[in-house]
Amino acid sequence: MTTAVVEDPKRRGWRAVLWGRAEKPYVNPYVGGALLGVVLFLSFFLTGNGLGASGGLNRYVVYLQDLLAPEHVDRVAYLLKMAGGDKNPLDDYLVFMTLGTLLGGFVSGWQHGRLKFETNKGPQISVRTRWLMAFVGGAIMGYGARFARGCTSGQALSGGAVLSAGSWAFMFAVFGGGYALAYFVRRLWN
Amino acid sequence: MSPFPLPLDAMFGHAGAYFIYMLIGFAFGYVLEISGFAISTKLAAQFYFKDMTVLKVMFTGIIVAMVLIFLATGLGWLDYNLIWVNPTYLWPGIVGGLIMGVGFIVGGFCPGTSLVSAATFKIDGIFFAVGGLFGIFLFGETVQSFETFWNSSYFGRLTLMDWLGLPTGVVVIGVVLMALFMFWGGEQLERIFGGQPQPQSQRSWGRIAGVATLLAGALLVVVVGQPTTQDKWVRLASEKEALLSARAVQIHPGELLASLADDQLNVILLDVRDEADYNLFHLRRARYLPLNKVTATVPDLRLEAGANTVYVVMSNDERAATEAWKLLVAESVPNVYILEGGINNWLTVFGHDDPAVQPTPTPPGNESLQFIFASAVGDRHSAADPDAHHYELEYTPKIKLELKRGASGGGCG
Repeated sequence: MTTAVVEDPKRRGWRAVLWGRAEKPYVNPYVGGALLGVVLFLSFFLTGNGLGASGGLNRYVVYLQDLLAPEHVDRVAYLLKMAGGDKNPLDDYLVFMTLGTLLGGFVSGWQHGRLKFETNKGPQISVRTRWLMAFVGGAIMGYGARFARGCTSGQALSGGAVLSAGSWAFMFAVFGGGYALAYFVRRLWN
Repeated sequence: MSPFPLPLDAMFGHAGAYFIYMLIGFAFGYVLEISGFAISTKLAAQFYFKDMTVLKVMFTGIIVAMVLIFLATGLGWLDYNLIWVNPTYLWPGIVGGLIMGVGFIVGGFCPGTSLVSAATFKIDGIFFAVGGLFGIFLFGETVQSFETFWNSSYFGRLTLMDWLGLPTGVVVIGVVLMALFMFWGGEQLERIFGGQPQPQSQRSWGRIAGVATLLAGALLVVVVGQPTTQDKWVRLASEKEALLSARAVQIHPGELLASLADDQLNVILLDVRDEADYNLFHLRRARYLPLNKVTATVPDLRLEAGANTVYVVMSNDERAATEAWKLLVAESVPNVYILEGGINNWLTVFGHDDPAVQPTPTPPGNESLQFIFASAVGDRHSAADPDAHHYELEYTPKIKLELKRGASGGGCG
């Protein structure tokens, strides 16, 4: 993996292809939302399933656990469902959807000149603090997503569009949790 | 039957189906990236009312997809029964949602957006994604300690229509109006807290067109309506009546007995007779499900349906069972069969060991129990659960498992 500096004006060859594209602005949020809606609709229309991210990640985790401690997986009911016996936790559509999401993000980032090694953070905290907070927040988020049986994509977005009552309750809880704490962690972002 | 969702596995094979999921995931990641969801500061600004992009993208996505989905189901192109509607576990969902809100404001992403962020080399996105994996791991290791709560307040496939008791079209319009109101409110907040300028006037025609299209779509959902069970049956009738008259779905008691003893199959018995007959005698593990409750049970039946689940409906003869079969098939429940000759035939085959069970002297007419029980034995009778090894019965096997179509367990399953 290269650590090519983005500002390097003399990039050549594949580095120029990867990093050299001019950065373009983001689309209008309503246009982005409408496209997201079409993708979500097509997902339901073609496959019957909505979009998801944390379920796919879950299966990568369970795959690793199954490699390292198969007996343990066979003793925990929650893990057993995905990887018990000779079941392969990666044999699931979400695993491939997650892979596609990574690819799609990468291709769009490349196409619009937004591939960049950088850390986005509020002005008052150090890069290291931001990394720590990202990890901690990620862990809380990952835990909560499994607790709620779905993340923002699988529950709020997908469940919301097909009008699942629980998904709507969940969605307001996510915003509620975020807004409730936002004031107390405002130093992180402002 | 509605042509969509497609039977992906049957059409493209297992690998081909996964490829389609990957393409959908690709489009998902692409759209998230062009909306700016790889940038944590942009996402977090939502919670300080400075940049309401999250709200706008998410709710536009939801209402656009919703209008398209319910237009497609209304027109009979898409089968609502076959798409995944997240089952409601109310309190675990709310608690999980609150935890996620905390994770969102501390970490700056949600799982999907952190993937896109990591894919465009944002280092905080990578840390978040790794943290997410760790949290998922922790959950798997701790869920056993609060499993009771995690499985509590379960309402099954509960929709806003069920909860509010309103028709689909009305709920769709309500959600569209609510979202439009939130967009309006969000832009006011952006102006106050984020110092963002008034939306440029040259764009306002696009806005009006967007709002008009959405409202027209939602109105169309109301006008088109949603098909009833009866409508769905009418669409299927010619094809399915043929199965009935060819007796392709009426299984011999011997096949039912063998299937019940088959570990590879999960046989669910649905007894659609009235309560008195059910109490007099029923098969072991048969569920009491009167005809008028059949349609209401469909969502629950579908949720517990695995690839190896077979439903067998039964009544005293076949008449009521056939009615129930039609309802279930119209609502796309897979692998439904009828017990041939009903309970009467079953007792003729398996009840003769017991001298106490006698046929009624004069058959009292159709669809009534033609055996006399001294008392209501329920399933406490040898014929309720005969030993499959004692019987060598000849029959033509008819159960063929359909390839599963549609939802396979949810976006985050």
